[in-house]
Amino acid sequence: MEQQLLKRIDLIFNDENDWQEILDQTLAHDNTYIINALVSSELKGRGGAGFPTGLKWKLTSEAPGIEKYMICNADEGEPGTFKDREILSRVSFKVLVAMAVCARVIGAKEGIIYLRGEYKYLVPQLNKTIAEFGAYCGRTGLDFNVRIFLGSGAYICGEETALFESLEGHRGEPRNKPPFPTDYGFRGMPTVVNNVETLVHAYTIFKYGAARFKELGVASSRGTKLFSVSGDTPIAGIYELELGMSLSQFVEEFGDGDTKAVQVGGASGFLVPRKKFDETTIGFQGRLTGVSLPTGGSMMLFNSSRSMYNVLNNYLDFFREESCGQCTPCRVGCQILHKGIEEVKRGERNAKYLQTLLLLTETMQLTAKCGLGQSVANSFSSIVENFWEEMIY
Amino acid sequence: MENKVQLTINGQIVEVQPGKSILEAAEKLRIHIPTLCYHKDLCVKGNCRVCVVESKHNKRLVAACATPAEQGMAIVTNSLKVRNARRHIIQLLLAEHNADCTKCYKNGQCELQRIAADLKILNQDFSELNQWKKYTVDYYSPSIIKNDSKCIRCQRCVRTCAELQGVNALTVAHKGEKMKISTFLAKPMSEVVCTNCGQCVNHCPTGALVERNYIEEVWAALADPTKHVIVQTAPAVRVGLGEEFGLEPGTRVTGKMVTALRQLGFDTVLDTDFTADLTILEEGTELLGRLKSSVAGDNADVKLPVISSCSPGWIKYIEHLFPNRLSHLSSCKSPQQMFGALAKTYYAASRKIDPKSIVSVSIMPCTAKKYEAGRPEMCSSGYRDVDYVLTTRELAIMIKQAGLDFGVLSESAYDKLMGQSTGAAAIFGATGGVMEAALRTVYEVVTGREVPFEALNITPVRGMEGIREAAIEVKNPLPEWQFLDGVTLRCAVAHGLVNARKLMELPAERFNQYHFIEIMACPGGCLGGGGQPIPTSPEIRNRRMEAIYAEDMGMPLRKSHDNPEVQLLYANYLGSPNSKKAHELLHTHYTLRERF
Amino acid sequence: MDPVKSLVTDLVSRLGTHRENLLPVLQGVVEQQQYLSEYAMIKVAEAMNLSAAEVYGTATFYSFLENKKMGQYIIRVCKTITCSMKGKQQILSAIEEMLKIQIGETTPDGVFTLLQTNCLGWCHKGPAMLVNDEVYSDLTPEKVRDILQSYLKTAKS
Repeated sequence: MEQQLLKRIDLIFNDENDWQEILDQTLAHDNTYIINALVSSELKGRGGAGFPTGLKWKLTSEAPGIEKYMICNADEGEPGTFKDREILSRVSFKVLVAMAVCARVIGAKEGIIYLRGEYKYLVPQLNKTIAEFGAYCGRTGLDFNVRIFLGSGAYICGEETALFESLEGHRGEPRNKPPFPTDYGFRGMPTVVNNVETLVHAYTIFKYGAARFKELGVASSRGTKLFSVSGDTPIAGIYELELGMSLSQFVEEFGDGDTKAVQVGGASGFLVPRKKFDETTIGFQGRLTGVSLPTGGSMMLFNSSRSMYNVLNNYLDFFREESCGQCTPCRVGCQILHKGIEEVKRGERNAKYLQTLLLLTETMQLTAKCGLGQSVANSFSSIVENFWEEMIY
Repeated sequence: MENKVQLTINGQIVEVQPGKSILEAAEKLRIHIPTLCYHKDLCVKGNCRVCVVESKHNKRLVAACATPAEQGMAIVTNSLKVRNARRHIIQLLLAEHNADCTKCYKNGQCELQRIAADLKILNQDFSELNQWKKYTVDYYSPSIIKNDSKCIRCQRCVRTCAELQGVNALTVAHKGEKMKISTFLAKPMSEVVCTNCGQCVNHCPTGALVERNYIEEVWAALADPTKHVIVQTAPAVRVGLGEEFGLEPGTRVTGKMVTALRQLGFDTVLDTDFTADLTILEEGTELLGRLKSSVAGDNADVKLPVISSCSPGWIKYIEHLFPNRLSHLSSCKSPQQMFGALAKTYYAASRKIDPKSIVSVSIMPCTAKKYEAGRPEMCSSGYRDVDYVLTTRELAIMIKQAGLDFGVLSESAYDKLMGQSTGAAAIFGATGGVMEAALRTVYEVVTGREVPFEALNITPVRGMEGIREAAIEVKNPLPEWQFLDGVTLRCAVAHGLVNARKLMELPAERFNQYHFIEIMACPGGCLGGGGQPIPTSPEIRNRRMEAIYAEDMGMPLRKSHDNPEVQLLYANYLGSPNSKKAHELLHTHYTLRERF
Repeated sequence: MDPVKSLVTDLVSRLGTHRENLLPVLQGVVEQQQYLSEYAMIKVAEAMNLSAAEVYGTATFYSFLENKKMGQYIIRVCKTITCSMKGKQQILSAIEEMLKIQIGETTPDGVFTLLQTNCLGWCHKGPAMLVNDEVYSDLTPEKVRDILQSYLKTAKS
């Protein structure tokens, strides 16, 4: 049987300029209906962590609070990811519609787009869209205002509690969880933080219905996903694909014929070596050793000319710089790992030290305060374990 | 009734109030979980990760300090997984730490060293980072040495400076590997808004922030036969010092301390309490003078309230932050500086000692006193009024170095001339004490009667509430003070600079309704000073406070104006309170400083 | 009133003195001044009732809020792996050669500062760089020389 080609989908960027209609028709439903639609669609957050979106809205709508907030997380900083920029450049109305619906559902009057400073050039256009959107809301009597808050170059601010700190004028140091944002978020109030892409999928669900959305993808990984494809590929770019594809299908389509490994999910994701392409599925379930991988959509392809040592070195350099620095395992751990692979490479430490470092990444995963420190282990262990010799020679 | 949550820790069942942390629940069971960034005085940060424990159903370890206990939780604090993680974390901290322990001032008192010792970290799995070798030590402050190479970045000092003191001289700067504790633009502590209060020192788990010690200088003076070394001891030292020798917090060790000082070789052992009484007479007189000018309308320029000026941390704070309120400060020097000025004048003359040969040492619960002694204006005797200031902790170090068994020392009394004091002076060591002492005297001066509180205990100004107020109505004053008849004297007390700030930021119409305000820079007043034994906590400070009021109740005289040696000082030397000579020696002026 | 002080006063009166406005205020200063001088941080602290250390501590957390003097145009070359793979090093070398400065330095005439930065979100069109807020992708040594040349022309003398 002929191998099935990847299904390319065009829901996200397909703009039929019907956002006003979709907004009106969605808001005609009551909140329970909207939450139920999201819950039954099984939409999961597209920022990388994969929390069920419907549940997030539901929890926040039920949490007590004088004020509530709807925040769109556009602090897209994961190396290899550029989908949110594309969405905001092309279909920002969809994002605003979903924000407005969410705000109505949870009882928020204020929406904030936390936009990374690196995308400052998007601001003028976005502000125009927001103004137009606001005018429409005004006409239809919807009490909801959106503003942009610019970041200033700090990867960690994409972590939702660090994002709150940043919004409140502080250093972006992640908070302790619990309490979770659904109870205690921005200004200490119940807050929904959704990734840009998640909101666009919500729009798709509002427009086509949960059932239609659910038809796409596979169990526990429903719908489509935007992939930011880069590295050794002849067709780098943004692609909307169904979840649940295997990595070998993906490489078949996007590789340059010489793909050695794919980094799934950016620096905080996993490196999958060629021998595991077949058994790896792109979705939300499981870990590297299992079958499917969670991802914020970054797919970096490496061909046989690339040194995996250099790749890991680049990631660790990134983490030691972008760790907020507050918690011990992440602040010190990242430095030790970076220094450690260089020492092994230079022959100052023997290869057994890599084992020690692998144990360290386990500790980081177990004890770091937030997702950044916890996920350094992902790329470290998947690269070191699969390309052991490249680390040494 | 609120439902308690029940959980198990290491198999033992425990019940706690909702909202309590796993750490607090473990404490209830007397299960010790090591901590570093956690401090009872501060908000929970949960960043050192030393207190991680295993929670069933959670694949990650959780920080015991930052995780609320929940119904049905099953916690294990000492599993292999926990132990391995904890060892790793300590090794990581050591990898970025200047672990030259034998040359460290905190050797033996370092919390990191303690945990490393408990876990028996005998090897280092990871490479040393050695970044600390690039750091320079900030020796510029007369009070505090900041050595970043010893810093573990727990942020206790930053939280202290912000939450307890509202000073924010210290901050967390940079991120990632470069993250460190810093002042504005990494300037020396002496060039920023730091008040030298030393609370950061009190809360630092390692040797990153320590007092600047003058132990060797004092030993040298004691060994010099040409020097007459005179020592004064502040009220709060006697209720804290015992802790350094394993005695329960709140143990009063006045007599033992005096004996120890003699055995260390001090020529004369005198008491700052003496000048505390003197302060009341000077400051009380000043207050009454200002009241007269203001209430009787003699002089509209005179400002009320009068604000106390005993606490040098507070003085520097107001100089930096509230220059518009400077004229409210009492012109009185602190008891330490009054003592210093008299030591090389009155005392020297009375004892026929050349003031040049006198070395004046003070034992203080405070690091800001080191700074105060060095202020340029503090030389009204013609010499540096106070030569060396030692904290309670430094005194303890000297006692240990001398090999004295503190617990078995006999008790002895202060020397004469400037060694006698009243209960009013004893309570200077607690927040509200200066206020209470002043009211005991002022009320009696004005009315000829004792202050109308049971056993002279003016309880409304006592306690640990951040800001406290009291109002006393003057009835039937003596003829001279008729203008005060029916006037209600309004007083406010604040401790911890964060509370001082609240008072200072009151709008003028509310601020101006007070007649007298007492402010102490440190939480609890001097008993919680930056030079007091470590650790500190609300509970420890409460015990010290109880000891201070017990000290007061145990004194035969309890009102400053009854102090016979003070009366003698006025009769033989100063004349009367606020006399010209008193002004020369006992009063001071203040300096405008940059706020930023 | 001096320009920095009036800039800060203006920003704070427009945005507000609440702590939440600290980042926007600092960004506003950087937009005009390219960096936060000691004086500017003090003025911000004063205007927002913060300690100077708080302003400094917050600013240093964010890579784009520099507190060392910067050139009129700050070049930030993306150093993420994908841009590295597409020839970031050649771009850096071309810039270094053309401007005679190394990473972290500013040209003596104060026009350019050369820095590296983390992922700019143009991985499919690497190498990429920012010049102040403008993004440039698909860079080649020739292209980058042209870009800088055009900035040179518009630079304040």
